[in-house]
Amino acid sequence: MGSLPAYIARRLLVALPTLLVVSFIVFGLQLLLPGDPALLLAGEDRDPEVIAYMRRLYRLDEPIWVQYGDWVLRVVQGDLGESIRLKESVGSLIGAKLWVTAELAVLSMLWAVAIGIPAGILSAVKRDTIWDWSASAVGLAGLSIPNFWLGIMLILFFSVELGWLPASGYVSPWEDPLGNLAALAMPSFVLGSGVAAVLMRHTRSAMLTVLNADYIRTARAKGLAEKRVVRRHALRNALVPVVTLGAIQLGELLGGAVLTEQVFSIPGFGKLIVDAVFNRDYAVVQGVVLVTALAFILLNLVADLIYFLVNPRMRG
Amino acid sequence: MKRLIALAFAATLAAGTAGAQTTLRIGLAEDPDVMDPTTARTFVGRIVFASVCDKLLDIDRDQKLVPQLATEWSWSDDQKSLTLKLRPNVKFHDGEPMDAAAVKYSLERHLNFPGSRRKGEISQIKAITVVDPLTVRLDLAVPFAPLIAQLTDRAGMIVSPKAAAAMGDKFGSAPVCAGPFKWVERVQQDRIVVERFADYWDGGNIHFDRIVYQPVVDATVRLASLQSGQLDLVERVAATDVDTVKRNSRLRLVQATELGYLGISFNIANGDKAKTPLGQDARVRRAIELAIDRDAINQVVFNGLFTPGNQWVSPQSPWYVKSVPVPRRDVTRAKALLKEAGVPNLSFTLNLPSGSENAQVAQVIQAMLQEAGIDMKLRTVEFATSLQMASKGDFEAYLIPWSGRVDPDGNIWTFSACEAAQNDARYCNPEMDKWLKEARSTNDRERRMAAYEQAAKVQAADLPRIYLYHRTWLYGLSGKLQGFQSPPDGLIRVQGLKLG
Repeated sequence: MGSLPAYIARRLLVALPTLLVVSFIVFGLQLLLPGDPALLLAGEDRDPEVIAYMRRLYRLDEPIWVQYGDWVLRVVQGDLGESIRLKESVGSLIGAKLWVTAELAVLSMLWAVAIGIPAGILSAVKRDTIWDWSASAVGLAGLSIPNFWLGIMLILFFSVELGWLPASGYVSPWEDPLGNLAALAMPSFVLGSGVAAVLMRHTRSAMLTVLNADYIRTARAKGLAEKRVVRRHALRNALVPVVTLGAIQLGELLGGAVLTEQVFSIPGFGKLIVDAVFNRDYAVVQGVVLVTALAFILLNLVADLIYFLVNPRMRG
Repeated sequence: MKRLIALAFAATLAAGTAGAQTTLRIGLAEDPDVMDPTTARTFVGRIVFASVCDKLLDIDRDQKLVPQLATEWSWSDDQKSLTLKLRPNVKFHDGEPMDAAAVKYSLERHLNFPGSRRKGEISQIKAITVVDPLTVRLDLAVPFAPLIAQLTDRAGMIVSPKAAAAMGDKFGSAPVCAGPFKWVERVQQDRIVVERFADYWDGGNIHFDRIVYQPVVDATVRLASLQSGQLDLVERVAATDVDTVKRNSRLRLVQATELGYLGISFNIANGDKAKTPLGQDARVRRAIELAIDRDAINQVVFNGLFTPGNQWVSPQSPWYVKSVPVPRRDVTRAKALLKEAGVPNLSFTLNLPSGSENAQVAQVIQAMLQEAGIDMKLRTVEFATSLQMASKGDFEAYLIPWSGRVDPDGNIWTFSACEAAQNDARYCNPEMDKWLKEARSTNDRERRMAAYEQAAKVQAADLPRIYLYHRTWLYGLSGKLQGFQSPPDGLIRVQGLKLG
């Protein structure tokens, strides 16, 4: 497999064409979208002069390869373009949202890990008992309850009834760390509950496979306490596929969570990209997708590195 | 020592009281676009402008013009020049004087700035003359009555020339005007913060130190934020939530009928889709109108809170033509008309922009038309796409809202005058054109009203669009808030607003 730095370098090199392909697909898809951005941007009055101006300003009449080539050239120089709707640089818009989205994603992941993995272990170890069934039922609920519904129910209970948590909005952690956690508690739980269910299912099945393996039988035969068997021997091996899954889930969370952000008015990637699509703010859509794809690739790399470190066999 | 402690305590208390900031937190239904009066285009943006940028004139609850930055205005005898007297000693947020030169600069910016959305609103202005530091004269090529009403909205907002020149097309990221509050910051899609401007000309009427505008898109969550005390005022409460607000003793509901309307536009002459009985025969459109029960739509979808209507202004408007009342539902007559027109089994498609309210209204209408033997198919299209389809003539009928303008001309001209910008139906009747032109060419109210009366008759006969209802602006307020005015433009004016 070679040295670690060489491995990382090779992976990053492979990432470049991936990003190029992703950006090209998104660019192409946007052009397939019906609806004329210039018409939309002209506002309710649709002044023909304004429409013509917008077309010139955003070069909407030029052929797609010219628009795309131009975009790639600018991105290579670190310029993601300007938002049509907000007249701000896409780079700074993304910069402002990146923190919010990352924080929400990490907090959601914490909920997911804290709930999903113990529940998965429990239902594997106590297979076919009431514990297993309850954990499965809760897991199924986590997967099937729509986020926006769960979100609104939580708001009605914790904000309107009890008045404990704010119903909407985001507070920066630098301004008010506690307020920040209060603002993100419900949205991160809503997002985390779905991921928790996925983690729980996978932890359970991985644990079941491992618990039936020969080396576990050996460990038990050696007279090790069951707790030690589960923790030291089974869990470590079972967690390897769960780590990969977690990384993929985290990547998805980093792409922004449209409905949850909408319900809780959290200014993250999801809201940014949805507003951008509806307003045909192409530069913003492109920028967000590019950054999300990059985050996804990096997270996968990190997951593989963790593999590399936890699993000696992979070091070959 | 004791005295010292007491003194220190008293001083702390005093400092505490003096430093207590009163903040008004307002929940918006959307995130505003760029905040430059010249290029802005969203309704929620106008709500924020109401606290940041004063206008030459304003309107009151009865749609009457009232002074703001201009104290007096008068038309010349030939009605081709409008002279405005400005309020003395008014300053912009950057300390620059708000005078005739600034008014000239701002209006010229609206007229000439690349991509200006205001140009079409005031393009009749041919020259702007500074008569003296507090008098400015606008000369028009031809008399144009709707102009003055435009000055009650973004076209009448006066910006600091110094700041506008320095910031160019970035002016919208931190506008500098002469309103009661000055810009502090904006976090995209999260909040806009403004703080009290100490030198505001009407400072005695301002009772808050800060205003935070927060976009909360979901109506249920917006209301929940009000219920939990996180917001003090929210706009656009859902009609279905009105009872929740009324039942809550700590909240208050304020309502006002909008300037705009919701209507169905028919394709009269825009391409192949117009070549149907629906597009060609007014009797068919009349049958559709007769099959619709506007009151029932209002009751079923909006809890009876909206106002059924049949004209481009609401029945509450001083410009409503009373001799052309809202027709009653008459299914028998509708069927007879269809038979007469030779299409007893009419079938057509209604395009509607996505949104649950639109869908509900369309479904209710669908059911009503079915009783008259009309098969109306629904095609829900995302907003930007629906706009493009309308402009290309790719529609038979199109359900579309209009946000409304202060002057009635703004509600009808652009849709019904031959070759007007938004006449997607390509409707053109010289008779209609004549009356609409007459109405915009004079400031004589009676002559205008007489012209609109004729226009309303032509509209009722031709029915290029069926006006259905006028929405009601529904605001939820914390019970402690007092002095909230609610003019029909739906904006939130902060003057006089205070915590009781």
